[in-house]
Amino acid sequence: MDRNSNSYTFIFAIAMVVVIASVLAFLATALKPMQDANVRNEKMQNILSTIGVKVDRDQAPAEFDKYIKEQISLKEDGSIDKEVPAFDIDLKKEIKKKPGDQRYPVYTAEKDGKKFYIIPLYGAGLWDDIWGYVALEGDKNTVAGAVFDHKGETPGLGAEITQQWFEDQFIGKQILKEANGDYTTNNFVSVKTIKGGAPAGDKHGVDAISGGTITSDGVSKMVSERLAHYLPYFKQY
Amino acid sequence: MAEEKEPLFSKKNRALLSDPLNDNNPITVQVLGICSALAITVQLKPAVVMAIAVLFVVCASNVIVSLLRNLIPNRIRIIVQLLIVASLVIIVDQVLKAYAYDVSKELSVFVGLIITNCIVMGRLEAFALGNGPWKAFLDGIGNAAGYGFILILVAFFRELLGSGKLFGMEVLGHKAKTIADSTGLYALGYENNGFMLLSPMALITVGIIIWVQRYKNRKLIEK
Amino acid sequence: MELVNIFVRSIFIDNMIFAYFLGMCSYLAVSKTVKTSAGMGAAVIFVLSITVPINYLLNEYVLKPGALSWLGEGYSNIDLSFLSFIMFIAVIASMVQLVEMVVEKFAPALYNALGIFLPLIAVNCAILGGSLFMQQKSFSNIAESFSFGLGSGIGWFLAIVAIAAIREKITYSNVPEPLKGLGITFIITGLMAIGFMSFSGITL
Repeated sequence: MDRNSNSYTFIFAIAMVVVIASVLAFLATALKPMQDANVRNEKMQNILSTIGVKVDRDQAPAEFDKYIKEQISLKEDGSIDKEVPAFDIDLKKEIKKKPGDQRYPVYTAEKDGKKFYIIPLYGAGLWDDIWGYVALEGDKNTVAGAVFDHKGETPGLGAEITQQWFEDQFIGKQILKEANGDYTTNNFVSVKTIKGGAPAGDKHGVDAISGGTITSDGVSKMVSERLAHYLPYFKQY
Repeated sequence: MAEEKEPLFSKKNRALLSDPLNDNNPITVQVLGICSALAITVQLKPAVVMAIAVLFVVCASNVIVSLLRNLIPNRIRIIVQLLIVASLVIIVDQVLKAYAYDVSKELSVFVGLIITNCIVMGRLEAFALGNGPWKAFLDGIGNAAGYGFILILVAFFRELLGSGKLFGMEVLGHKAKTIADSTGLYALGYENNGFMLLSPMALITVGIIIWVQRYKNRKLIEK
Repeated sequence: MELVNIFVRSIFIDNMIFAYFLGMCSYLAVSKTVKTSAGMGAAVIFVLSITVPINYLLNEYVLKPGALSWLGEGYSNIDLSFLSFIMFIAVIASMVQLVEMVVEKFAPALYNALGIFLPLIAVNCAILGGSLFMQQKSFSNIAESFSFGLGSGIGWFLAIVAIAAIREKITYSNVPEPLKGLGITFIITGLMAIGFMSFSGITL
């Protein structure tokens, strides 16, 4: 058959497309469950690590069921929306919605008899998005742990927010300011990163990353902006 | 049919493998395929994975195109090649997402950019269309290795000097908050050069590698 | 405001060449004189600002999970995103071809200026890179994706014209022999990238 004839070109093109399409479709369908599982397991792994449970990604689902008691979506006023499954909320899309339409996911966990509230975070760093999770103790004030991740912060500088030393600083900090020996949600101050290092004994400040100021500020902003939405809920329960 | 009698590793075939490593290196001499790669040379691990991914894509596409070389209609040659390369890259991407999730996150869009990596198309046009599958395979390995070699070399210097690590392991000692607590080189007051991690240093590192290579191999010097 | 922000960021901060090294092959190959590099740069601007919005629509209404829901309820679970690479490159290749034909027919002068560069562009990493970054950044409307495509193109144009101007001058300098040509170009590009880093952190 003539290799330069129209009909040959046409038949070749069709055969090619059919072969390639079926190979790719087969492969994508076959690998899809594993890819989705990776994404879900990583999310569970991150949530668990805020309360000090470090597991491999593969074991995350089993451990997740063990520690996480409730998964709740909140409305703006702090009431619970039972329609929306908390785990399926994609914060990246959620924060683009109007405040009234947003749902705020929170996970409650129990470990060694203690209760924890785990709150997902999402915000902007220097180059791109940053996100993470922060766990509060049962008093809804003391931070039990935090993890952060980022898409494209500067390696060695802003990207240090994923380092253990940075995350560990948040442990034991308080998000509410003491007034008359008591803590109320009216005195919300959040936990801030402080350039040049937080003074010893500061209950609301952690060291910013030197050379990563904008990313550190992004972390401060993200933590306070996100946590603020949960105050109505904390007030009620 | 003289070609078939040729031993598998004849001198000519060995040259197909070894030439691209030095005299005809795709990056430093042919100036191909720099695009998609330098951005992931901050650490060794993604660079190695990238090199393997490119190796797979170049070899597989070279062999496939070479097998089909007498069937592909000339007029839609380029688009057929693109289609083959793109499908192979999708396979790599999907497999990475399923079996090496962490690495695939680090490589992000740069896996997709293997499609437009000039090495792949360049080798298909220049070699695979006119040669048998075995030669095309060797040519693919040679070129991808020459490419991967530079990639890994750049990543080696950037990770070592930039964060004092290789494959994520601390090779220069541990850096603590104060010099007194540090070990290894850091105890002497050594500091990581964070600048190595930023994109400009990838370019400058390649520039220096070219300098050294051409100093050693003077026939490559541009007039 | 968001549009201006994306535009400025994609020119200076997320510069295709200096931050992501995209389109390096043509950048190094066609930057020997200012005139040809300006032609190549213009062609990149042209093609990027056409293909990025088209691929945005493709991604939004065909490829991404749930994108086919406009066909009816039954289609809302389909996820074709594994086909993105192949679809994007196909759109780019055919758009380049189409643009070439249209320009040749209606603007012969422009065709003479851009003509030889257009076929080169289909395999320019910057073009596919533009579409892939667009997909990753998930812009909220087509205007944003256009602004990103145009900005990236202009950033690439600036980079190649600047390096071409320097290369024209540097032929008269006494560069160490092994560094001549390619080597010194890499190092200068690195130095220019350092300069561009001073834009980082700008938000409008």
